[in-house]
Amino acid sequence: MKGGAHAAERHDSALRHVTGGAAYIDDLPEPPGTLHAALILSPIAHGRIAMLDLGAARTAPGVVAVLGPHDIPGRNDVAAIGKDEPLFAEGRVYFAGQPLAMVLADTLDRARAAAALARIEIVAEPAILSIDAALAAETWVQAPARLARGDAPAALARAPHRLTGEFRCGGQEHFYLEGQIAFALPGEDGDMLVHSSTQHPTEVQHICARLLGCDFNRITATVRRLGGGFGGKESNASWVAGAAALGAGHTGRPVKLRLPREIDMVATGKRHGFLYRYEVGFDDEGRVLALDAMLAADAGWSLDLTPGVVTRALTHIDNAYFIPHLRAVGYACRTNLQSNTAFRGFGGPQGVLVMEDAIDRMAAHLGRNADALRALNFYARGRDTTPYGQPVTENHLPRVWAEARQLGEVERRRAEIAAFNATSPILKRGLGVFPLKFGISFNSPHMNQAGALVHVYTDGSIRLAHGGTEMGQGLFVKVAQVVAEVFQVDLDRIRPAATSTADVPNTSPTAASTGSDLNGGAAFEAARELKRRMTAYAAEHFGAAEADVVFADNQVRIAAPGSNQVLSFGELAQLCWLGRVSLSATGYYRTPGIHWDPATMQGRPFFYYSFGASVAEVAIDTLTGENRVLRADLVQDCGRSLNPAIDLGQIEGAFVQGQGWLTCEELWWDDRGRLRTVGPSTYKIPGSRDVPPVLNVRLLENAPAEVATVFRSKAVGEPPLMLATAVWTALRDAIAACRQAPGPIRLDAPATPERVLAAVRARQAKS
Amino acid sequence: MADRIRLLLNDAEVETADVSPMTTLLDWLRDTRGLKGTKEGCAEGDCGACTVVVERRAADGTMRREAINACIALMGQLDGASVRTVEGLTGSDGAPHAVQAAFTETDATQCGFCTPGFVMSAFAFAAGGERGADGAIHEALAGNLCRCTGYRPIVEAMRRVAGTAVAPPPDLSALARGGDACFEVGGHRFVAPTTLAVALRLRAAHPDAALLAGATDLGLLASRHRKPPASLIHLARVPELHRIDRVGDSISLGAAASYADATPALVEHWPALAPYLSRLGSRQIRAMGTPGGNLGTASPIGDMPPVFLALGAALRIASVRGERRVAIDEFFLGYRRTALAPDEIIVAIDCPLPRAGEVFHCDKLSKRRDQDISTVAAAYRLQLEGARIVGARVAFGGMAATPLRAPRTEAALIEGGIEAAARAAEAEFTPLDDWRGSADYRRTVAGNLIRRLGARLASPARAVEVEAL
Repeated sequence: MKGGAHAAERHDSALRHVTGGAAYIDDLPEPPGTLHAALILSPIAHGRIAMLDLGAARTAPGVVAVLGPHDIPGRNDVAAIGKDEPLFAEGRVYFAGQPLAMVLADTLDRARAAAALARIEIVAEPAILSIDAALAAETWVQAPARLARGDAPAALARAPHRLTGEFRCGGQEHFYLEGQIAFALPGEDGDMLVHSSTQHPTEVQHICARLLGCDFNRITATVRRLGGGFGGKESNASWVAGAAALGAGHTGRPVKLRLPREIDMVATGKRHGFLYRYEVGFDDEGRVLALDAMLAADAGWSLDLTPGVVTRALTHIDNAYFIPHLRAVGYACRTNLQSNTAFRGFGGPQGVLVMEDAIDRMAAHLGRNADALRALNFYARGRDTTPYGQPVTENHLPRVWAEARQLGEVERRRAEIAAFNATSPILKRGLGVFPLKFGISFNSPHMNQAGALVHVYTDGSIRLAHGGTEMGQGLFVKVAQVVAEVFQVDLDRIRPAATSTADVPNTSPTAASTGSDLNGGAAFEAARELKRRMTAYAAEHFGAAEADVVFADNQVRIAAPGSNQVLSFGELAQLCWLGRVSLSATGYYRTPGIHWDPATMQGRPFFYYSFGASVAEVAIDTLTGENRVLRADLVQDCGRSLNPAIDLGQIEGAFVQGQGWLTCEELWWDDRGRLRTVGPSTYKIPGSRDVPPVLNVRLLENAPAEVATVFRSKAVGEPPLMLATAVWTALRDAIAACRQAPGPIRLDAPATPERVLAAVRARQAKS
Repeated sequence: MADRIRLLLNDAEVETADVSPMTTLLDWLRDTRGLKGTKEGCAEGDCGACTVVVERRAADGTMRREAINACIALMGQLDGASVRTVEGLTGSDGAPHAVQAAFTETDATQCGFCTPGFVMSAFAFAAGGERGADGAIHEALAGNLCRCTGYRPIVEAMRRVAGTAVAPPPDLSALARGGDACFEVGGHRFVAPTTLAVALRLRAAHPDAALLAGATDLGLLASRHRKPPASLIHLARVPELHRIDRVGDSISLGAAASYADATPALVEHWPALAPYLSRLGSRQIRAMGTPGGNLGTASPIGDMPPVFLALGAALRIASVRGERRVAIDEFFLGYRRTALAPDEIIVAIDCPLPRAGEVFHCDKLSKRRDQDISTVAAAYRLQLEGARIVGARVAFGGMAATPLRAPRTEAALIEGGIEAAARAAEAEFTPLDDWRGSADYRRTVAGNLIRRLGARLASPARAVEVEAL
């Protein structure tokens, strides 16, 4: 058989991608009468709506309806986990870009032209436009979250050395190439089919129903593929779909809402930017004794998914390092900016920065090698429990660290770089090494469940549905490989179905790297149940023992004494049908053994950890701050990979996305809180030349997951994004090379040329 | 009687009737022709998801095969051309083209949304006969963004297909138009003169019409802002505006010559422009955009104005009243304002050729190396006697509301040396804070670029940019 578990199969849609045959929502046929929607947004960051005159928009050519908050039959609330996050602002606006109303017209151009005719008067009020301002005003979207172990203040007081640090990282626009889109088609008696480019069809279903005031069972949310998600189409896709459904419900006509890039960037949330302040205490050897840290996240104007992001940042502040005494507080700052949301890593990337900054400062202070200090502080026997109480089992840190350093030829290149820097006054090179431990599972235990629905047809072809969404990450082919493995049939006998709330209900978002763990687990259960039924019937039919029914190589062999019956998988399916055996089964999976108390921030939130390590080399120009990643070497733990080709793509893509976050991708708001980086001409994601010209990637070998994941594979979506942290470390190493004596470097992210130059000048000024 | 736009679409001849000439090619492909493979990612000519390949006969009679952004190309511009989309690459038997196959073999697709655009850029690259060197590949891909793969497998696919796609040029003779064209649909008027005399007459008669060269700026009115001008005069069909000639001790660039057309002549005389021009926009943009248009829009952050200012170029400007020469120093009057009268057209840009002892350098600073708008752009033309600077023209973009000479920096280069000039450059301008950089950063790097210039002069062989490592 071809394409079972662990095979390096291609993406199931690869051929359709390259020929243009892969359909995205904007490519679907539009029934006659389809309406196009355009949003009217607040131009003001904070204020009271004095007037919203939609008269001119209503009477503009082609306009069928203009809908505002009072046209919502259900509840004007699109909150994912909180409440009172209106689809259309009522009374007040809280950020520049907040939707106020929506125009429906017969063409997209007419809808957009009419939207521009809205007369908006908003009485501006003081706006909170930075983390600092929110900290000063103590405005939060939730109470500060605290993670503590031991007595950090006392341990700091006793520590032989103490250092403080402060730095920032910026947010990040998802920049999925396919913008947010939904297409709602009304059916009879309140039924609604909603095509949504979403990572969370169930939430789309719920929010459409909430807005329309109907039962969930009226709404079917579906998506075959997304043109990228990265977390940006988790909660944000839901309100876009909700708006389309509202329009369809109101007019009885199909409604498509596609956000143009600028509207998409202005109206939707992004990765949270953070401000950090910390104090670290350590001994003469460089062993961390205590950390007292404040992490302040820019939540934006509403709750959205911020609680989870702050929790994950706090639970990843330790990263690979044992911190005996910890006091960490996470502030979710309420600002008058876009409501920040999920983004690949979900707070983890922000959390792991703290110790990297701290250890580099410690190394400079002690005059010691920072890499040695990193390894010294790794979780190890006797130092193996996280601050939130979960033991670090299956600790691959020493392995990934050693293998990445070897792959990256760290010792040789450190010497080379030092020699280069000694004779190069303008250009400096630097090297960074980074270890990663990342927890896999949704932090909220209840979300760690999934369903699947598998049909075997009488020709032996198989339809596979599950709750996970395909957004490019190769989930569909991986889960299909799981089913192929169970039935021992070729991968091409299995047809992945579009994700639909009609096939599999009550699903979790495809997020937190859990897509293949959860949905692969559910599909495995469904396939195993069907195989059990088919086995039982074959045994009965052929008078053999069940143990003698063997599925192999697209066939089923009945190895009963005196017979050697062989039939194809399809022949057995036909036989089962004649024998009145159900060939459709659901499968259900829930992650075992996890628990979490959000009040005390203690528990075992993660099923397992993913480990990785990276080495990056950069060059900087000390005159301009221009910088370039010259080489990266990555080792990533994927357990026993379900599909090494897909996992390689995830690792490379995540690394480059992380590199973008930490270097060239800068969100910029003006002093009135208006986002001004609203398209690819102003917001710069990495291009092909920005990828390190030498990029070596290894999947950690011989590392099957210790816990019983699906075929001992591990998640891969998010962890490698953090491997790009080595780039940030390397930049600081290069900046440090601008002066002989050791000293601390502050480098805020994103490390644009401007920030690198500022850090270089600060470093030079000390000499 | 208005003309109709005729073109080849995936080898089939198409004549449009009810399509406005200001419709973007992307909208026409998707909405009218139902070809949904070509995607809209940004509608500003930056992400490349809408990339198609256009073959057309250039003003010099040669055939061109180029990747362009369909989102900012107007239908009127495509008259007489062959357009190939991702659907038109697949064989009649449905078999994928070798370029398409290469992308599947290297796992170069993930979400797939950007893929058709990459495939078309790859097809243009493969058919262009270039070698699969990394530098050429990155240049060919600079106009395409992928958010999923990290590009490594895409670059690998490019290496595999380099120089492989041999396709005969299409026969465009049936589309040839004897003379001027006028497309008029739905209140939109698009005129395409084929002689300068007619162009000038049209300009005089329609001073409010927009002048169109490559549409890489103006096209955004149609694509992103959805409000194309009602009336356009398209200058790309005027042979006089395409000439690139040596005239005496100058090189004369026709104002409608594309960046792609102008680059060889410019780089021949000013080699420092090679990396600079390779970073200007992307191949898609350079196939359509023109240095003349870059001057005409008078953007303070255009990349060509500092170059022409430093070179001491002169603009030849014409109207029905006659032709005049305007020194580039006199051309920019204010933010997006120029010395062009309402009835005038830029005909050519005359750049004085380097003399003995002349040195030219230029720099572009941006957040991302490729396809980014400059935070600061600078160009320097120096006259040397031995190691001594005896003449200097220095110009900056991004430092003020218009591209500007830096007279105090120039004087300091001659009189005080590099460090004095660097300090002068730091003090000479009052730039703005914006998303590309703060005023402080711009001032600092203006000085440091002069220091970089000093390092270049001191040891020409030594690398002074990270890109060289």
